[in-house]
Amino acid sequence: MQATIVFAVAAVLIVGGAVGVIFSRNPVHAALFLVQTLFGVAITFIDLDANFLAAVQVIVYAGAIVILFLFVIMLLGVDKAEDLDVEPIAGQRPIAVVAAAGTLALLLSVILSVGLDFTGGASSTGALNEVRRSTPFGSTAEPATDIRVLGTHLFTDYVFAFEITAILLTIAVVGAVLLARRPSGPLEPLPEGDPLEVAP
Amino acid sequence: MAVLDLVWLIPAFPLLGFLLLLVGGRKLGEPRAGWLATLLMAGSFVATLAVFGGLVSKHAEQRQFSQVLFTWLPVGRFSVDIGFLVDPLSITMCLFITGVGTLIHLYSIGYMHGDEKFSKFFLYLNLFAFSMLMLVLGDNMLVTFLGWEGVGMCSYFLISFWHASDANASAGKKAFVTNRIGDWGFMVAMFLSFSAFGTIKYTELFDSINKNGIATTTATAIAVLLFVGACGKSAQFPLYLWLPDAMAGPTPVSALIHAATMVTSGVYLMTRTNPILAEASAWVPTLIAWVGVGTALFAATIAIAQNDIKKVLAYSTVSQLGYMFLAVGSGAYVAAIFHMVTHAFFKALLFLGSGSVIHGMHDDQDMRHYGNLRKFMPITAVTFIVGWLAIAGVPPFSGFFSKDEILAAAMDKSPALWAVGLLTALLTAFYMSRQVFLTFFGRYRYADARPDEIDAAWNAKVSALRKVADEAKGVVTKATDALTAARSTLEAAVGDDRGPSEQAVAEAERWSAEKGLEAADAQKAASALAMRVHQQPRAGLSLLAPPDVAEVDAELTHDIARRREFHPHEAGWLMWVPLAVLAIASFFGGALNLPFWHRTKFLESWLDPVLAHPHELSFGGAKLVALGAVAVIAGLAGIAIAAAVYLRGKADPAQIELPILAHGWRYDSSVAAFMGGPGRQIFEGAALADRVGVDGAVNGVATLVRETSGLLRRLQNGLVRTYAAGIALGAGLLVAYFFVMAKAG
Amino acid sequence: MLADVHPTTEWYLVLSAVVFCLGAFGLLVRRNPLVMFMCVELMLNAVNVTFVALGKELNDVGGQLAVFFVLVVAAAEVVVGLAIIVTIIRRRPGSDADDVSVLKG
Repeated sequence: MQATIVFAVAAVLIVGGAVGVIFSRNPVHAALFLVQTLFGVAITFIDLDANFLAAVQVIVYAGAIVILFLFVIMLLGVDKAEDLDVEPIAGQRPIAVVAAAGTLALLLSVILSVGLDFTGGASSTGALNEVRRSTPFGSTAEPATDIRVLGTHLFTDYVFAFEITAILLTIAVVGAVLLARRPSGPLEPLPEGDPLEVAP
Repeated sequence: MAVLDLVWLIPAFPLLGFLLLLVGGRKLGEPRAGWLATLLMAGSFVATLAVFGGLVSKHAEQRQFSQVLFTWLPVGRFSVDIGFLVDPLSITMCLFITGVGTLIHLYSIGYMHGDEKFSKFFLYLNLFAFSMLMLVLGDNMLVTFLGWEGVGMCSYFLISFWHASDANASAGKKAFVTNRIGDWGFMVAMFLSFSAFGTIKYTELFDSINKNGIATTTATAIAVLLFVGACGKSAQFPLYLWLPDAMAGPTPVSALIHAATMVTSGVYLMTRTNPILAEASAWVPTLIAWVGVGTALFAATIAIAQNDIKKVLAYSTVSQLGYMFLAVGSGAYVAAIFHMVTHAFFKALLFLGSGSVIHGMHDDQDMRHYGNLRKFMPITAVTFIVGWLAIAGVPPFSGFFSKDEILAAAMDKSPALWAVGLLTALLTAFYMSRQVFLTFFGRYRYADARPDEIDAAWNAKVSALRKVADEAKGVVTKATDALTAARSTLEAAVGDDRGPSEQAVAEAERWSAEKGLEAADAQKAASALAMRVHQQPRAGLSLLAPPDVAEVDAELTHDIARRREFHPHEAGWLMWVPLAVLAIASFFGGALNLPFWHRTKFLESWLDPVLAHPHELSFGGAKLVALGAVAVIAGLAGIAIAAAVYLRGKADPAQIELPILAHGWRYDSSVAAFMGGPGRQIFEGAALADRVGVDGAVNGVATLVRETSGLLRRLQNGLVRTYAAGIALGAGLLVAYFFVMAKAG
Repeated sequence: MLADVHPTTEWYLVLSAVVFCLGAFGLLVRRNPLVMFMCVELMLNAVNVTFVALGKELNDVGGQLAVFFVLVVAAAEVVVGLAIIVTIIRRRPGSDADDVSVLKG
């Protein structure tokens, strides 16, 4: 009962936030709605016993990424409202509706009709609630917190992927610095694309 | 065993040298780059000696060892290793490649002194030695082929080493292209072996032949194709063309590549694959023997008429290689290898000696300009003479034993082969004696006026005389005209003073007539001289006395004054030490395989495990001795004839040095004419087919793609949201697909 | 009646499918590049929920680890993406996703 209520609250937060992101004209509002969604996701994580990820979700997503969005919005002054009534690209809206609704329908039918065969359980990588014996963190399969389990696997089985993500982040930072650097000379004007026929 | 494991060091040393020189050659500069290369080559020689020692200490049957460094190409069931096969054959090759190679490296330090590409030269030399060692050590055909191509490439680099001159560059290209034909044979032979045996590893190949046998046709095809490859690399008819031109490279290169090592790789290949050859049809060895002996004779005739000191040696090399193929064709592989080794000694010696001469004569390569050089370069002369006696087959020099063995084997196969071989031996003795006599004996001719200079002087004299006559005639004509005018004025004039004028004019007329006669005489004299010059025989070789140039001395060019001042000089120790060592080896090389007693046939018992069918002479004793005696007589006869012609002047050399021989029987120019004429049409046809057919298809595809993409281009409208829509639709379709598949299956 | 109902894995999957499709819809409809980015974040979060839910169902730690990496990639993507947006808008203030079509074929 409690779990259901928690799920319901989280779902409402998430879906509401998502709808808010899509339909708010002002990007600042959209960002705030995004925070709401992210909090909702954090709640579901806790609900799913992923406590550590929930914390990371709040800190990294809601804390860092959304703040970064807001920063850029403020910096560039693009917080003007967008006119959602016009659609410059002919046919984009119907395509969007068809694609989104179609995919949703298909996904739902997959989830609900095909049925999930969860027998067999895990274990290419390792069970959630125990530390692998071979690791130096515990000699027996004692119950462990999810942080310990995550850390153990992250630095053993996934250490290669982990290192690669480190390199990826470094590249991203260098790329961002390079892109956002103000060039010393005068800016060349961007070539003009074909003017779009804006529907009245 | 442990010593044998060192085999990888043999090619590793030159490879290291190549890499070091590649990185730091320019910085090392002269002469350190050369010393480094020489030292590493010597290291390779020491490694070879060690492996050789290891091999000797084992029983004859166990003298085979292979070392696999790594698997190079694993392709399904087929895999090629980079591996070495150590057996008596490959180690024999390695011994003289590294040994002679080290000496040539040492010599090159002296020879290449002052060349601006000094370090690059040694880089190529080391790379060449590495490739050659890979060729002989490779335990499968592909590694051998790798070395085969490597030496071809290095030979190309080194022939056109001084590529600023067009002739050198095209000589390099010629060598490269001609070798391609041979390589084709080798490659197809390799493919055939793989399809027939499923392997190209020598040991497995021969095991398979031993166990399962092989169809005669297959063996014949492989053997013939291998022979085509060997013909290219070892410069046999009809693919010998490139070798004489390869003399464009620096002389140490000629010695290393075109005498001692690379050109022997064809013989090596035939010996290595002798089990296949043994299974082939009987006509294959016969063909090889005849091509070999034919080439030997053919090249020897050409060598007679060459004047370039290196060209003689080049044709001599072709001829000697022909001997080796004669031995291979006669089944006497030991004799082939024996001759290969002794030839490596004396031909390297001769080449290096000629290099020393060329060096001492300031790059003049024409033997007609030498003469009596033994006074100026005694060491070169003595060593060269040793080489000469060796190649001429005079006992007890090494060439006698090896050549004699080949001739005996040829006799065993067919007396006709033996006869041609004997004739070649005579010619060999003749042309080599000619070379030695022209170079080191006789009269010192460098300061002589040369035929073309004398011609030019005579022509200058004639034209000077003509000019004088023409001038005199002009003067006379003018005077006569003036007088005619004066006479007519005089006749028109009437007066008292007509008398004296009349007298003066008559005087002048008399003088003019006299002068006219003189002018006519001068003209006549000039014509007579021109006629004489035209008719007098062109000055030939002035062997005994200098050409008589007293009449035209004043007209000779300044070059000759410079030449009269010039003194040839002996080379430095860097150059004569290798000569001395090679001379000793050429002298004693015959001891490797003395025919007197079965115990002294070291090489034969040493190489025995490599050969499928040991060669046995069907005769021995007296007949063998008689054959040897005949061969010696032939050699001495050749020397005697040469002495009579070139030392005593008993006959005019022009009667022997026929122009058609000097032009190599016009074979080269005929090939060039064919390739330039009808051959070219064929190539043009092929080019047209390529342009229209192949290129047309390719371009057609390109046009099709361009037109299609021109249509598809419109999809790229640059709007990122349209692309996103495309992705979304695609993702939706994928989900649908999987859903349907899951439902269905 | 409600007391018997417990949220099962399917519930979470349905939730994530809904959010995913909402994000996709937003991405297609909105023109402000920043908001488009937020929509991408929505989609990524939807996937994260799936990962965690299935990870729990299968008792496999891999699900949570995948979320970890998605997080990192998302961060990298936001950093680079925002840098691109900054440079574009700096040169042509007030432009949206439809104004930049230099790559038109």
